[in-house]
Amino acid sequence: MLSVRDLHVRFGQAHILQGVSLELGAGALAIVGRNGMGKTTLCQAVMGMVAASEGEISLEGQSLRGLAPFRIARRSVALVPQGRRTFPSLSVDEHLRLVSQGRTARWNIERIYQTFPRLAERRRNGGTELSGGEQQMLAISRALLMNPRLVIMDEPSEGLAPVIVEHLIQVLRALPADGMSLLLIEQNLRVATEVAGEVAIMVTGRIAATMPAATLANDPDMQRRYLGVSAGGH
Amino acid sequence: MDLAATIALNGLTLAALYFIVASGFSLIFGLMRVVNMAHGSLYLVAAYVGYAVFEPLYDRDLWYAWYAGLAAGIVCAAISGALMQRLLLGWMQGQELRQALVTIGVSIIVADQLLAFYGGNPRQFFAPDAIFGATQLPGLGGYPTFRLVQIGIAVAVGVGLWLLLNRTRLGMMIRAGVDDRDMLGACGVNVPLVGVAVFALGAALAGLGGVIGATAQPLAQGVDGRFLLVSLVVVIVGGMGSVPGTAVGAILIGLAEQIGQAIFPTYSVVLSFVIMVAVLATRPQGILGRA
Repeated sequence: MLSVRDLHVRFGQAHILQGVSLELGAGALAIVGRNGMGKTTLCQAVMGMVAASEGEISLEGQSLRGLAPFRIARRSVALVPQGRRTFPSLSVDEHLRLVSQGRTARWNIERIYQTFPRLAERRRNGGTELSGGEQQMLAISRALLMNPRLVIMDEPSEGLAPVIVEHLIQVLRALPADGMSLLLIEQNLRVATEVAGEVAIMVTGRIAATMPAATLANDPDMQRRYLGVSAGGH
Repeated sequence: MDLAATIALNGLTLAALYFIVASGFSLIFGLMRVVNMAHGSLYLVAAYVGYAVFEPLYDRDLWYAWYAGLAAGIVCAAISGALMQRLLLGWMQGQELRQALVTIGVSIIVADQLLAFYGGNPRQFFAPDAIFGATQLPGLGGYPTFRLVQIGIAVAVGVGLWLLLNRTRLGMMIRAGVDDRDMLGACGVNVPLVGVAVFALGAALAGLGGVIGATAQPLAQGVDGRFLLVSLVVVIVGGMGSVPGTAVGAILIGLAEQIGQAIFPTYSVVLSFVIMVAVLATRPQGILGRA
């Protein structure tokens, strides 16, 4: 599905990504790591929102590097960005209609409203009148309605109440059944290990290690070393 | 009383023209963040091209001469605007100062070319009979019909823009693009193409204003600078990128100019700028602008 090889991103003098390589097949891959390790830059580079200086990004064998974000989106990649980035000027319903592919698509507006009843109640509200959790549901819905083959989510659990995080985990775990692969950036170790089968650890612009999620979940030592957390990851 | 009513109506007439022209300027700035210093040139080009279509038809006494000139002016401005965005400004997206300077360059070139082609003689469209002459207004007597039509067109433009922005898919894209251009692209929307469409629409409004303006008052070289300046003042007062703000700004400036000319003709020019300074000092984002 997604293959990233030796990807470098520089902002002026700052060398943010220093040769990231990763492979994502069907299913979910989580990337964890402390703040400032380049996780968000990786998401933006895959989506075409920042330019890579070296390396290769390909989706099912086709190169994505150098394409405009909208062309990458049309090749079936969707992004749930850090900070949600819903549109303040658009109502909930307008967000959904903007990206909807019609009633017959696998994910359509009706199914979104069934999955997230809260959004149906708020359909006429503007993008900024929503709570953090509602905005996150909206940002996720916006991505799902594009029926992408690959969804990139950048810290979807950030700032959410625990009960909403549980709902989020259920939703994310169901995505592969819809034929979507998921690249999940997470600080919350529990979300990462419950959703993804495999976890990659990012340290200063590189993937330091990749392992089965269960291995990381059961190794407090490794969690301390790479993530600076003890247990649970909250 | 009659005089006051006449001045107010004249102010609204002028405001209508200002609104039509400035709404295009504001629309382009709102989505593209381009301060299009060639907006007045689009006005002027549309007026001259429209006139070139109008004149031979009018000489043959054809009833649709004015309408054909109007259509030609609008289409010509729209194409010019789209080309400007596609060929010049699209390459420097996000570099606002560079874009402003390029559009100043365009405006200088266009002004010289128009002078070379059409010379310095003023021209004026003649409105078709249906909207020419005077209309009797209660308590006021006769008032030029075309000026009332002008107000009607401005209202139609305002309503049309509102519907476009709030009721259509393109409008959704424009609003989302104003909020977060990059994210709109990540949603699969061809943002550069939306940009070309918005530029064409904004330029078309300048073109509409050009033909209407050249029907209400003679068309001459140098008018481009005046309408660029007016557009700037109107959107600064009303709020950049806001259609209702542009309407408020246009009404304020239109009325101020007419009232100023009636009461203190020598210093009337100052009044618009006093309003602008006052707004900038107290509400820098404009009366209805978003901070």
